Amino acid sequence: MADVNRGNRPLSPHLSIYRPLWTMVLSITHRITGVGMALSITMITWWFLALAINEAYFEVANAVMTSVVGGFILIVSLWALSFHFCNGIRHLFWDAGKGLDLPTAYKSGLAVMAGSVVLTVIGILVAKGVF
Amino acid sequence: MRYQTDRQRVEGLGSAKDGTVEWWKQRLGAVALIPLVFLFIFPLLRSIGADFDTVRGIYENPLNALVAILFFITIMSHLRQGLQEVIVDYVHGKAAMTIALLANTMFTTLIGVTGVFSVAKIAFGG
Repeated sequence: MADVNRGNRPLSPHLSIYRPLWTMVLSITHRITGVGMALSITMITWWFLALAINEAYFEVANAVMTSVVGGFILIVSLWALSFHFCNGIRHLFWDAGKGLDLPTAYKSGLAVMAGSVVLTVIGILVAKGVF
Repeated sequence: MRYQTDRQRVEGLGSAKDGTVEWWKQRLGAVALIPLVFLFIFPLLRSIGADFDTVRGIYENPLNALVAILFFITIMSHLRQGLQEVIVDYVHGKAAMTIALLANTMFTTLIGVTGVFSVAKIAFGG
């Protein structure tokens, strides 16, 4: 009897109905950073391909990567990676059934945001040859 | 309405015949990526802006090449799974969704194979 009323059931309210919450913002940011990094990895793969082809082509790819726009994309990508990395670990803890209560979820969210900034700064310093 | 009892439907696991395996594979890839991201990103950060010979030298190193190849395979499988989840959630209509899922598989395979091939070519000194 479970087939009764299939496809004609009430829908749950859409996302825009809700007041944005910290945990919601982090959740959608996880998706946005994940999808966005598809572009980052495409650019980096192109750079690897150029490195495999020859020096002249590599110079072109390198010039794009080190340009103002390229550098900006790389720094945003570095932050996206840092965020997705930290929040991914947060998700793995949830998958293990840990930290699911609301106060912990808010606190771990703060830790993720702070961690993403710290990792980005470390990454930039490594790229600059400080470490 | 299909002439199937609820019990038959549960035992048949629906039309997909599986479900948890995709979830499990995504977590497996995610765990593998924790060390791989670190190992991949350090030589990469050092390489950006360096000259051709220096960067070639970095990826001629078998360890850096091996990490990069493992990273490309794992990240592209993780990206395919993630994008698939987003497509299934936001793309409506059977035709549009099928096309998006096919495009996703082709795109992630293309980028992944290009990355693996490029690093392998450099590492083998071609």
